[in-house]
Order: sequence, then structure tokens, then C-alpha cells
Amino acid sequence: MKIHEYQGKELFRKYGVVTPRGTPCFSVDEAVEAARGLGGKVWVVKAQIHAGGRGKGGGVKVAKSLEEVRARATEILGMQLVTHQTGPQGQKVRRLLVEEGADIKQELYIGMVVDRGTQRVALMGSSEGGMDIEEVAAHTPEKIHKVFIDPGKGLTDAQAEDMAGKIGVAAPLVPQARDLLKSLYKCFEDTDASLAEINPLITTGDGRVIALDAKLNFDDNALFRHPDIVAMRDLDEEDPAEVEASKYDLNYIQLDGNIGCLVNGAGLAMGTMDIIKVYGGSPANFLDVGGGATTEKVTEAFKIMLKSPGLKAILVNIFGGIMKCDVIAAACVEAARQVKLSVPLVCRLEGTNVELGKKILADSGLPIISANNMSDAAQKVVAAAAGKK
Amino acid sequence: MSILIDKNTRVMTQGITGKTGQFHTRMSREYANGRNCYVAGVNPKKAGEDFEGIPIFATAKEAKEKTGANVSVIYVPPPFAAAAIDEAVEAGLDLVICITEGIPVRDMIQTKYKMIGKKTLLIGPNCPGLITPEEIKIGIMPGHIHKKGPIGVVSRSGTLTYEAVGQLMELGLGQSSCVGIGGDPVNGLKHIDVMKMFNDDPATEAVIMVGEIGGSDEEDCARWIKANMKKPVVGFIAGLTAPPGKRMGHAGAIISGGKGTAQEKLAVMEECGIKVTRNPGEMGKTLQSVLKK
Repeated sequence: MKIHEYQGKELFRKYGVVTPRGTPCFSVDEAVEAARGLGGKVWVVKAQIHAGGRGKGGGVKVAKSLEEVRARATEILGMQLVTHQTGPQGQKVRRLLVEEGADIKQELYIGMVVDRGTQRVALMGSSEGGMDIEEVAAHTPEKIHKVFIDPGKGLTDAQAEDMAGKIGVAAPLVPQARDLLKSLYKCFEDTDASLAEINPLITTGDGRVIALDAKLNFDDNALFRHPDIVAMRDLDEEDPAEVEASKYDLNYIQLDGNIGCLVNGAGLAMGTMDIIKVYGGSPANFLDVGGGATTEKVTEAFKIMLKSPGLKAILVNIFGGIMKCDVIAAACVEAARQVKLSVPLVCRLEGTNVELGKKILADSGLPIISANNMSDAAQKVVAAAAGKK
Repeated sequence: MSILIDKNTRVMTQGITGKTGQFHTRMSREYANGRNCYVAGVNPKKAGEDFEGIPIFATAKEAKEKTGANVSVIYVPPPFAAAAIDEAVEAGLDLVICITEGIPVRDMIQTKYKMIGKKTLLIGPNCPGLITPEEIKIGIMPGHIHKKGPIGVVSRSGTLTYEAVGQLMELGLGQSSCVGIGGDPVNGLKHIDVMKMFNDDPATEAVIMVGEIGGSDEEDCARWIKANMKKPVVGFIAGLTAPPGKRMGHAGAIISGGKGTAQEKLAVMEECGIKVTRNPGEMGKTLQSVLKK
């Protein structure tokens, strides 16, 4: 799960990670009020969307008077902000963060992720903050420093100080940076974060170390123990089809092709997308129905897929191990009837009671195209999507 | 021969009284030698009772001492599953197979840390388990789609493993053992660990390795294969069409920071002499093609 920058900063402050003072706003008037309340002479108006790259896309602006705050807030609030992470259609800005301006001396990068190789949390840092860190990693990997955190000891003083030094924090500021990094690790651990990024972490002219940005993602599997974080979820930032699917415990990701896929198991679902491509088609979605493809789940899945623009055909690919093929076939038939399925449906069933399942499909009177294996199914659905029988 | 488990393995089920634990213990017990293999269950609240004749003990340690069980399979719900693994490790079992899906990563990091220096091997979590056909099945895979034979199967995905097995069976090729290592980022045995075992197993003549996007486990395994493997290996990686930054079902299946793409994995595997297919409908045929040499 992702949250907004201002929510991330609230969590940061709770753990002692220093951030600028700021106020989240939902309207232009609120933004002006917030700036007035913060005082000072310089403010930053920041679009709050989950995607990164907001600055480049024009979603972060400096204002040097309250009139300018009003002007910038008016521009940004409601805009379709396009960044390299939003796709060409962009994301509508519904929330702002108004912050006090900072006297930036250095822009550094700090990140924390779970490293699969070592099976530990990795702290990453770079002197090249404020820019696209993936570019830095690709072109100058030597500028990214990594340290792996011992799960028994946590981030040690020595590790934190060493990292601060390596990314160019001046000696007098190292203790501040050390404390900030240790607080960040505590925050990461306590909240079951899967990713924490501060880009940039800054040092200021008056000798402070501050997290100017905050990006936090959380482990979905651990949300059950963090109701406070779940409450920060912003459904406006998520794909509506994916939100709808999650209500029915369907694992759904919208893609841009025209062949809907309904599959059991994540690996097989990816494999099904891949094989559609092999035969020249294009998948409209990833969908793992999990272990129990009930009539209700299949019906909802069909409904969600049918909303996808340009959908031309649906492929159901189920390897029924514990799930029985006759049960799945009956669910598909019932679901197709309920949603009055308007596009060709190709069904490939394998596993327990497969013959019975195929008979149910054939006897249904519905124009369901039955397939014998994955390759057959993919070829049939690609042909159907292209309008060929 | 086989790897990790055979008809002499003795199994305890942790979480035997839950719906899932009950169902799959019953199914596994009905498979091949299961009646002799499944000897104990663990649930502190139901110690002294039994599940359809399988005695239930308060702890994994006690179950081991009383029944000689050397392997555990875990169906405990996610909030408590990592602690169940810890318990099995503390009891000194040879192997723990954690089927549970949805364990917080932080819990698994701590559990893996506690396992350092211990003898217990872990498979999973979030995996289908493993099977040595016609001898023993530990996990949730359908037993009847398998038969004994010379092919080893190792995979991060459940149903994609069944798919590979189904394709092998169409060609009349049985399996020595099939191991589902699971789709989580922090887990037990990796492809490379299982591959080493297949290399040493006289009953295994060739191996299918099925991977997916995310991480670099397949690349690590491929490099080991190039330097050490004496048997042919074929491979498939799911997720060639997966967009970056989107988690494809499994917690580990995500292309992040431009790393862990299927293209990259397939390229490394090919460089290392593994015959790969980009068509998941041709895993079986690809394996057959390396046998005919």
C-alpha cells in the first residue's frame, strides 16, 4: 500500500525523522491559510499524488508571497499531473502540501528496502539526491552506497555514521544525519514498510539535516496490524478496476491490451499473459482468482473485465488441482449468463474432473470455445479477439 | 531416490485443526504412502486429542519426540505462521514446509535470522509444497497429476508447476521430485539450493526450472548450473509481459528499479547453457528436446 508524502512526513515526525513544517490542504483557500499559519517568506506548494517525478511534471512550485501561494495552488490543484510514473493520462491532483521553504545546501538520497539476496533490510544512500535515482543507479552505480542491517542489532551508530559520511554529509552534521537514519529505520520496522525513500534528504545553510520528501510503501501482508496506516489509504489514487477487484479478493491489474484473462495462481496468470503475446495477442489484465473460483468471484471478474475499454475476448485458464473443473465450468456458465457476456469466451480447463467440466461448457448452449491446452487456448482467444472464428 | 522427502519421511502438521490444515492433511494422507508418513499434528489447545486418528501434541518438540516426525508442514494463519516456523526450527526438525500465504516480510526476516546456524531447512512460505510421486506428497498440489520418473521440477509458482507437470505427463515423462519454493521475497530454499540436490540425486536425469519476475534467484542458479551442473536444465520465466512497478500477485513478483525482468533472467539462463522457452505451453516439449540428445 502507498500513502501520500504528507502522510509519510506525519509518520516520519512521529519517529523523529526531521521534516519541514507543512500542512495538507484540499482547497486553494486552505493553502493560503496554511501558508499564513506557517509564516515566513517562502513556501513550497506540492501536489500530493502517489506517483513520483512530481517536480519535473510541474507539480511542485515555490511561492514568495501569499498571492503567489494562491496562484500556484490554483494551478496545481485539479490539474492532470503527468509524470514518468503516471502514464500519459496523468493523475488528477486532489490534495496539496504547503510547506515552509528550505535553504538547500546539499541534496542527498536515502532509501530503504528489503533486499532479497541477503534477506535483510538494505539502507541505500547517494550524494546524487533530488534526481531520478534509477538513472544514477544505471549510469553511475558507484555513487550508490549500500549497507545491510542485521535484524538482531538494527542499524548501528557506526553504520549510520559511515553512510552519512559516504554521501557527503559534513562532519559537524554527521550526528544529526545518524539520528535521522536510525529514526528512519525504526519507522520502517515499526510500520512494516516495504520501501522508504527520502529524495532529497537535504542539509541546509543553517546546518540542519532534513527529509524534504517522504515516500513510504507498506507490506500488504502486514496491514492487519496497522489500522492507522490502512486509514491513510486514498482510493482516488488507485485504479478503479483494481479497487473493485480487491473487494472480491481478486488479484487484478489493469493492462492495455484487449484480451481479458482469468486464471488461478499468480505464476500461471503471468504465464497466460505471456502466451497470449507469443501468439500475437495482447492481455487486457492480470487476474489471479486464487484457490476458489466461485460463481460469485467469476461473475465479478467478468464484470470488471468487461468494463475494460476495447475488450475483445476473454480467456479462462484454470489448472484445477484441488479446485474441480466441473465446479469452475458451472461457475463460468452461470457468470456468462448473469453478465450476458458479449465477447467470445475461451475456456481451458485442466485437472480434476476435466471431462465433466468440458461437458458442462458444451451443454450450456453458450458460445463458449473450449480449448485443450495452453497453446490451443491462446491461439483460439487471439483469433477470437481478431474477429476470426 | 528423490530429493528432500521419500516414503520414509515422517510428517507433523502444524495447524492441523484449521480448515485448510484438515483438508490437506487428509488429501496428503490418502496419497501413496501418506498413511504411514503423517504421524502427528500440533496445536497447543488441542493436545491429547486426535485428528482422524493422527495424535495432536502441544508443541513441535513433543510431536517429534513422541512420534519421530522429522518434517513439518505448516498451515497456520499468517499472523502466527512465522512463530510456527521458529518452533519447528527450535525442535530441530530436518525440514519445514510453510504453505501459508501472506506472512509479513518483517516476520520472515526475523525468522530467517533465527535460522542462521540451525540445521533445519525451510521451503516456502507461500508455496504449494513438494512431492515425490508415488511415495509422499507434502502440500496442496493435486497428487494424481504426477507419476514417478526422471525429471526434477523446481518452481516459484504453484499452478505453473502443475502446468509443467501436466505437460511432462502428456509426453509420458514422470518426476523424481517437484518442489514449489514459493513466491515470497524472503523465503527458505532457493532455486540454486534445490538444483544442487537434483544434481546429486541419481534418480533425476533432467530438470525444469520455472521462475518469475523479481529478484535474481534464477540468475544465481543459472550461474551455478553453468559451473557445476551435470544434467540438462530447461527453463521458463513467467512475466515477460508484466509491467514494471506492479506486483503480479506474489509479493516477490515485481520488476523494480529496472531489475528482475523476465528478459534479463532468460538472457542469463541462455548464456549459462540452459535451454529456455518463452512459451509456457512448451515447457514439456523443451525438456523432451534436451533428453533426446
